[in-house]
Amino acid sequence: MQEPPITPELVARHGLTEEEYDRILKALGREPTFTELGIFSASWNEHCSYKSSKPVLKLFPTSGEDILIEAGEENAGVVDIGDGLVVCFKVESHNHPSAVEPFQGAATGVGGILRDIFTMGARPIALLDSLRFGPLTEPRNRYLLHGVVSGISFYGNCMGVPTVGGEVYFDEAYQGNPLVNVLCVGIARRKEIVRARASGTGNPVYYVGSATGRDGLGGASFASRELTEESERDRPAVQVGDPFTEKLLLEACLELFKTGHVVAIQDMGAAGLTCSTAEMAARGGCGIEIDVEKVPRREPGMIPYEVLLSESQERMLLVIQRGREEAVETILRRWDLHAVAIGRVTDDGLVRVKDCGRVVAEIPARALVDEAPVYVREEREPPYLRETRNLDLRCLEEPQDYQGILIRLLSSPTLASKQWVFRQYDHMVRTNTVVLPGSDAGVVRIKGTDKALALTIDGNGRYSYLDPYEGGKIAVAEAARNLVCSGARPLAITNCLNFGNPEKPEIFWQFRRCVEGMAEACRRFNTPVTGGNVSFYNEGPEGAVYPTPVVGMVGLIEELGRMAPITAWFKNEGDLIILLGETQEALGGSEYLKEIHGRVAGLPPQLDLEREASLQQACLEAIRAGIIHSAHDCSEGGLAIALAECCICGPGHGRGAHIDLFAPEIRTDALLFGESPSRIVLSLEAQHLPQLKGIAEGRGIPLSLLGQVGGDHFSLEMSASGLYIHLPISELKGIWSGAIERCLRI
Amino acid sequence: MKFGVIVFPGSNCDHDCYHVIRHVMGMPVEFVWHKETHLSGFDCLILPGGFSYGDYLRTGAIARFSPVMRAVEDFAEAGGPVLGICNGFQILLEAGLLPGAMLRNRSLSFICQDVYLCLENPHIPFTLLGHSSQVLRMPIAHGEGNYYADPQTLAELEANGQVVFRYCTAEGEKTDGANPNGSLHHIAGICNREGNVLGIMPHPERCCEGILGNEDGKLIFESILLTR
Repeated sequence: MQEPPITPELVARHGLTEEEYDRILKALGREPTFTELGIFSASWNEHCSYKSSKPVLKLFPTSGEDILIEAGEENAGVVDIGDGLVVCFKVESHNHPSAVEPFQGAATGVGGILRDIFTMGARPIALLDSLRFGPLTEPRNRYLLHGVVSGISFYGNCMGVPTVGGEVYFDEAYQGNPLVNVLCVGIARRKEIVRARASGTGNPVYYVGSATGRDGLGGASFASRELTEESERDRPAVQVGDPFTEKLLLEACLELFKTGHVVAIQDMGAAGLTCSTAEMAARGGCGIEIDVEKVPRREPGMIPYEVLLSESQERMLLVIQRGREEAVETILRRWDLHAVAIGRVTDDGLVRVKDCGRVVAEIPARALVDEAPVYVREEREPPYLRETRNLDLRCLEEPQDYQGILIRLLSSPTLASKQWVFRQYDHMVRTNTVVLPGSDAGVVRIKGTDKALALTIDGNGRYSYLDPYEGGKIAVAEAARNLVCSGARPLAITNCLNFGNPEKPEIFWQFRRCVEGMAEACRRFNTPVTGGNVSFYNEGPEGAVYPTPVVGMVGLIEELGRMAPITAWFKNEGDLIILLGETQEALGGSEYLKEIHGRVAGLPPQLDLEREASLQQACLEAIRAGIIHSAHDCSEGGLAIALAECCICGPGHGRGAHIDLFAPEIRTDALLFGESPSRIVLSLEAQHLPQLKGIAEGRGIPLSLLGQVGGDHFSLEMSASGLYIHLPISELKGIWSGAIERCLRI
Repeated sequence: MKFGVIVFPGSNCDHDCYHVIRHVMGMPVEFVWHKETHLSGFDCLILPGGFSYGDYLRTGAIARFSPVMRAVEDFAEAGGPVLGICNGFQILLEAGLLPGAMLRNRSLSFICQDVYLCLENPHIPFTLLGHSSQVLRMPIAHGEGNYYADPQTLAELEANGQVVFRYCTAEGEKTDGANPNGSLHHIAGICNREGNVLGIMPHPERCCEGILGNEDGKLIFESILLTR
């Protein structure tokens, strides 16, 4: 391939604006070469540079007493958990690749986030996924669900990292643009954290891992555009995953780090060799020179432009200490890995690329990373909100057959059991998973200590669509509530912000409001943001996805040995069923409104952060007192669904319950299926009720006795309205646990 | 009694086996790299689960050529106990240390869940502490655990008591519904004729501690310790 001359058309095809091209001219003091143009395009696209989101992300709190490395300093933030141990975790999106090639798209999403974690010197101990698809009635969405789940299963299982939790939603808003967000959590010794900043002039730069091919060429630029009918043609921009090579890389890297010979390491992720070289140099305030002809290749005839921009997977860039080449190569050879010295660290601050002695690119590293353009985007409140806000409940007819509605909701794929999904993931490997997927949070013990981590990933796009600020707040609050229900103290969050095209003022307004809501909640719960990912341009031919903030949160359980891990499901016959918190008439944005009345309207439930914090403290205090047998967050689907889940979501046959509700001031449908936040369903022995009451009163949290665990039926009465739901547990469990499989059998 | 856990490239249950033997059973254990050609000083070998060589070809088909496998064969021939778990079982099949082969699960997808096993042969070194028809609960995690062998081989396995574990219900019934992957004769684990080589698809090393909610897997490790 001949290098074409630089023309305005070529610049435009690289997704660079005229102003951005002027910036390039200024940074270089001359016209860029074709290779340099490609490098700038790759480094300055939205996916790599965060040029639209940066000013807004500054709103997040990023520091805290447990935070050792803050967001943005390295590949992932680092949180201290005592005993000389630290946790690093981060969530990444792979939405666009999964939309056109679900299996490889999702698989390489898992691979990418795993590399982000183990390049910090941490061993990955858990994965969680947050997935969103269009309705399963569409064949395309069934294909996407199948492909994404098997892709995650293929990569995560082979790596031997358990997938311990996650969430799956189905909604028309994700038709044509599914969301695939993957969270990885790793553990390291505090002293062994590895940095991604190059240093030491003359230190060799090594290329390790798979050879470079033309796959994934321009993947990051692809992710910085809207999806269109023609996106299928971008399939070659999707990379192909090789989890076996990655497993070798993981083990080899962790072994290498222990030698102390590694100065810095960076995964060649989005924008490949270009981004990793520039970022390592810019972070270290030095330069890097590489010989592109030394890069191992998968196919002949590749020009420097292609080698530099390829997004072939399972590749690492290492800076090692001069004089330790032999020791490093020995370890890598033992793991059958390609390791080639392709360059060295310099002191001139330049990223210099040579090809057979000829300089094909020479760019100041800072220009690529720190001096990337930043935009303050225009914003405007979207007009649809004027309509959706006006929900008059009086116009909404109350249903007659509540038993039928309970069944319909439990069998809707969003509320139904995700067993079909989790069963395809190895969630037990490493023998640390104390609470398996299916409870409010996954719990992973830390061998050699009495500690465990509770992990969750959460979001609700519909709430954020109806009110991005409240939606952002609720996403953080609900994640924290999930951890508290598992007996853990929330430590910190990572997030994945999935939005439409930020150049549209309405989308950017949603983005900023959402971040503001999340930031406020993070400050209140003292859970700083350790990093994350922004995914813009999530728009299919039919428009943007719901603004979907996804929160990954990590909590700490200090004394695992002293108490059994708390799970969501009812345990013992005769236990009392208690609701902590208060039910309001909150039907806006509810699953009930959507599924039964076909409406996405109203305001999402309003969350009072002070009340939420008190509720969580009360719950944690009760759990720590050892009097709680089960705790379950009451969220999507409302109280009736939460209670039914407590009966059927555990292992085995499930437990029956007799429930008597009394709330004459609230509509029956709102009482059963409204989604007021700040509520938790507990079960405990009757003798401990006074103690629980004391704890709740101390925090000013209302408490109500709902009924008792027992029998083999789910019985729910409302004496006031004559309502009576009476269903065998076995039937309820069958409906709920087989729902997704039934949808796929169509 | 000293254990060796063989590490193939792509093994990922090696650490779990090591942990159980060292920290739960309190026995000495070492990792053995697949390029080793000599095995000395070991009283029992474990081929752990995982995805050796990515399982990109038939499971275990490449690992059987690892240099260490010659030494494993010699060790087994001399009567040493060899336990293959999941991918380890698949490697033993490919190496010909056990008869038969693995097909993809009949659902064509990976399955990770608890299953029930009926102990059919409590007389080999790995099951001495059990009793006939005892029901154990253990997790499986595999995509290719659908055991297949030709009718003659199956008949021999049955006649010689080489079927050690079968999938069953919690009550011990061998129903089709209790068979998670379509294995012939509900086979979950088999041994060689001498009884010193056991291959098992479920993961006993994942259920040896109270904190994990299940200790049924200890039966296998504790039985091996009795043979020293």
